[in-house]
Amino acid sequence: MNHSKRKSFGMSLFILFILIPIYWLLNMSFKHNEEILGGLSLWPQDFTFDNYITIFTDPSWYMGYVNSMTYVAMNMVITLLVALPAAYAFSRYKFVGDKHLFFWLLSNRMAPPAVFLLPFFQLYSSVGLFDTHIAVALAHCLFSVPLAVWILEGFMSGVPREIDETAYIDGYSFPRFFIRIFIPMISSGIGVTAFFSFMFSWVELLLARTLTSVEAKPIAAIMTRTVTASGIDWGVLAAAGVLTIIPGVLVVYFVRNHVAKGFALGRV
Amino acid sequence: MNKVENNKAWWLVLPVFLLVAFSAVVPLMTVVNYSVQDIFDANTAVFVGVEWYREVLQDSRLQDSLVRQFIYSFAVLLIEVPLGIAVALMMPTKGRMASLCLILLAIPLLIPLNVVGTIWQIFGRADIGLFGWALNSIGIDYNYASNTADAWVTVVLMDVWHWTSLVALLCYSGLRAIPDAFYQAAHIDRASNWAIFRYIQLPRLKSVLVIGILLRFMDSFMIYTEPFVLTGGGPGNSTTFLSQTLTKMAIGQFDLGPAAAFSLIYFLIVLLVSWLFFTTITHMDKDK
Repeated sequence: MNHSKRKSFGMSLFILFILIPIYWLLNMSFKHNEEILGGLSLWPQDFTFDNYITIFTDPSWYMGYVNSMTYVAMNMVITLLVALPAAYAFSRYKFVGDKHLFFWLLSNRMAPPAVFLLPFFQLYSSVGLFDTHIAVALAHCLFSVPLAVWILEGFMSGVPREIDETAYIDGYSFPRFFIRIFIPMISSGIGVTAFFSFMFSWVELLLARTLTSVEAKPIAAIMTRTVTASGIDWGVLAAAGVLTIIPGVLVVYFVRNHVAKGFALGRV
Repeated sequence: MNKVENNKAWWLVLPVFLLVAFSAVVPLMTVVNYSVQDIFDANTAVFVGVEWYREVLQDSRLQDSLVRQFIYSFAVLLIEVPLGIAVALMMPTKGRMASLCLILLAIPLLIPLNVVGTIWQIFGRADIGLFGWALNSIGIDYNYASNTADAWVTVVLMDVWHWTSLVALLCYSGLRAIPDAFYQAAHIDRASNWAIFRYIQLPRLKSVLVIGILLRFMDSFMIYTEPFVLTGGGPGNSTTFLSQTLTKMAIGQFDLGPAAAFSLIYFLIVLLVSWLFFTTITHMDKDK
């Protein structure tokens, strides 16, 4: 028993290490600036929602969340639509150049976003997509699609071939088999893929900021507004930060049962 | 699994191919183009061959940030991998506590990168942050904005806070795949905890660790936003990593030629290290 007690002690320590910085942000978001700068207190002495009210009543603030959500959702849909058939092909068939293509796809995941900054800006400006949600979604696809193909390929290889063959013998066409039988069988893989696409697109700032100016500006870029000539508006900054954490927590909550398998990218 | 030879599978791969070609090949060709030309304006460009590459390779700012980048990536891997394995071993295996731990662990992974920077920027300040305040009040003179060592500690600690969970969750899923019979057999043999870890758990973790180390290496090697928000690359240039140097060059000074040449070198380094790592591991598998 001593051993398991030590384990849960260590685990609690690590969880504390993760939670305390987040708690500090939460704590600050409920304080006025005078209290924040006035001295250290472990919880808000003069509890206030003012910082959140500032964000929710100003469209130039809350539209940032709408913009971020929009391109993240687009990215997830596009990623899944193109990655599903490709992953099926990689897991089931041998074809000319398959290995090279797979490595080439993955190599894009290895490209530093900073490398693509300027060319992306010029590419999307020249086709008239600058400052649109779809531009950011497409740019993020470059990084989420390779990972998506990799994850889905792992999950699909776990489904025996016999299932495909039986379905064809039973007279299923490929699209019908794929949608009616195959996709439900790898649904946890799809959930995990969506999770990873969300994760990449939601946290990324460098590309999202470069490809937008007003209409599609992400919340992360808007947050830099709190830094003004008169100093930093700490309270609003903290509140905006807390609000960016919430979508992530919700997403993790929904996929929590698949996370264990999914994090190994379907490969254990 | 034995795969069927079928070139029609290309039709299934075509959408991915087109999408990635549009958003990778076109921009990459632009970069290659820039890297061998001196561009004055839209209509005047002179072919300069490898001139920019030569200039970039001799640039001491770049060499310094490359060295810093390697130190940073290795420091981060050295801490996160063992810590991640330890956390995975400590996690409860089933029940509500297990899913609670999973959710709590995954939270840092889903916080936007600049907010991660902001959290630590606040947390480390001596006047309004708990961490900075606590360190100073026990007599350690800590200031990440003016002291190089403190800045490094904070940047590395931030990354450990941010990404150890990824390694831990990967290892956790690897551990869950070990059948109970293995443990029962070890119990009958009176194997020590260390022996269980060394001969049962660690071999099973190998494939997930490869994924974890690759992802962590690639991502830490292209880190930009978090140190930029936290320290702005300072004090001086002491926490300026490769992506930041590159962005400064391309957007700040608009030195397109050198920046493009540097981009390609940067990309090749990441590719090379990842490839080396990947092949070493797969060969180790084959030898056994």
